[in-house]
Amino acid sequence: MTSTVATYAWIGAMAVLVVLAIPWFLWGNSQVVAGLPIWVWWHVGWMILAAVVFRAFAKRAWGIGIEDGGEHA
Amino acid sequence: MSTALELGIIVGYLLVALAIGLAAYRLTERTAEDYFLASRTFGTVVLLFTVFATLLSAFTFFGGPNIAYLHGPEWILVMGLMDGIIFAILWYVVGYKQWLIGKREGYVTLGEMLGDRFGSTGIRTLIAAVSLLWLFPYVMLQQIGAGTALTALTGGVVPFWGGATLVTVFMIVYVVLAGMRGIAWTDTLQGAFMLVMVWAAVAWVLVEAGGAGTAAAGIAEIDPEFLALGGGFYTPQRMLTFAISIAFGVAMFPQVNQRFFAADSETVLKRSLALWPVLVLLLFVPAFMLGAWAKGLGIQADVGAGQNVLPLLLAEFTPSWFAALVIAGAIAAMMSSSDSMLLSGSSYFTRDLYRPLVGERSSSRREDWLGRIGVVAFAVAALIASLLIGSGASVGVVGAILVDVGDTAFGGFAQLALPVIAALYWRGTTRNGMYAGILGSQVVYVLGVLVPVFTVPVPTFGTIPVGVAGTYFGWGVSLYAMAVGVGLTVVVSLLTTPSVGEDASLYFEGLSAD
Repeated sequence: MTSTVATYAWIGAMAVLVVLAIPWFLWGNSQVVAGLPIWVWWHVGWMILAAVVFRAFAKRAWGIGIEDGGEHA
Repeated sequence: MSTALELGIIVGYLLVALAIGLAAYRLTERTAEDYFLASRTFGTVVLLFTVFATLLSAFTFFGGPNIAYLHGPEWILVMGLMDGIIFAILWYVVGYKQWLIGKREGYVTLGEMLGDRFGSTGIRTLIAAVSLLWLFPYVMLQQIGAGTALTALTGGVVPFWGGATLVTVFMIVYVVLAGMRGIAWTDTLQGAFMLVMVWAAVAWVLVEAGGAGTAAAGIAEIDPEFLALGGGFYTPQRMLTFAISIAFGVAMFPQVNQRFFAADSETVLKRSLALWPVLVLLLFVPAFMLGAWAKGLGIQADVGAGQNVLPLLLAEFTPSWFAALVIAGAIAAMMSSSDSMLLSGSSYFTRDLYRPLVGERSSSRREDWLGRIGVVAFAVAALIASLLIGSGASVGVVGAILVDVGDTAFGGFAQLALPVIAALYWRGTTRNGMYAGILGSQVVYVLGVLVPVFTVPVPTFGTIPVGVAGTYFGWGVSLYAMAVGVGLTVVVSLLTTPSVGEDASLYFEGLSAD
């Protein structure tokens, strides 16, 4: 089964996706790039990144925390 | 001209929906599992779109663009965090586990699943009762909204009660006939239609207006800070409160939660997980940017008085047939999102309230009929309540109520999420812990959003406020209530021992997709 380290790594990756979904470091920034605020472009990139991470999770780690009975092996 | 066109499009849409419903009816086996869950056969596209379309149709075209027009397009980020990331994670954490357990044990509702685990009809009926409490006003809002829209569209020829009744009768006929399969098929059609229309609208408006750069420059001229991230309406606390509590609420909304049981296979859940952020990106960026651009392009909309930005923008920059198509699609979408709620409401009512109360063990064929009768009862009760309350409502008041109560309902469902997740992942959860967590969080939340704080004069201390406020330090009460809920679940579970009949092994042993 998946190792504990891998489980925590996935939890960490998901946490990063959550925390930076809103680009706090661009707070107050009104710069417009190619017709859209720069933070909208961040959103575009972040959603694509999230899709890639979720895809990787589904391929490599699907079932952790659930199929092993909820306890990390 | 445009009114006749819009009416024609709505009628056309309803006829297409009815045809799909009839086709689905012909395929239906007469069992409750088929009526409520389409026998657990949904593929990736149908599952994804049916979850998406049931939830966001009216907000995407009216509420969301209005917020972007008034306060800036930051709501895009709220939706991204909410539906693109947190809900996607819950899709796995709650959805996949529920699907595995439900498939093995044959569960149709959340209450059934938890009632079995805790050996408790009380838990089962409590989950159903709390869910119906929040679902009922939400269905009413759809009826009031659709009734008012029809009245406005026909210039008052169809009175409010006539519009609401017409819509309800159609919904009843449709849901009784079509069941989950037919509803999911129309949702898919509608979701695809909405995606195409919103991008067509963006292309049309931007070509006519001279591009996104021109629109952005127009905004900067009126208000240089409008496109800056945050500020004013958008505080970090408000954005996070909405994103978190709505995401958890979505996962517990009956018509969404029930769809976790309806996936055909593990592969379907895996594929749809990665598609959530993509779908969110494709729908909300264009829809909400349209609202923001409307400001830079000089559209004057009095949102407070019930005007919606998107129709005005489209009327200005696109031909009337195109505008009519988008608006009629959005109104039809509002009607159809009630279909899923009616169906789920009926299943919660008949399986988790009616049957345990009358102590009936019915055949699956009889239960199939009981489910359909439940749809009629639920819809008619909501209609009567809507007519009593909504008869005096103007379009503007309805718009305001839609946003307010809609959000209240999501927060109410969000309160169920953490106790349910505790039950799914922690063996130590006990029946008493569940009672405490569910009831405690509901009480705090209802006091916070529905009961005003009042002050009591106390000698020597002055006045003391009594009650729960809607926000503390900028954070919404729904988050505090969620914390209370999970806290009570854990503490009371630690203090009590499992009662007779509790069976944790149901959730923890022998779970795999094979």
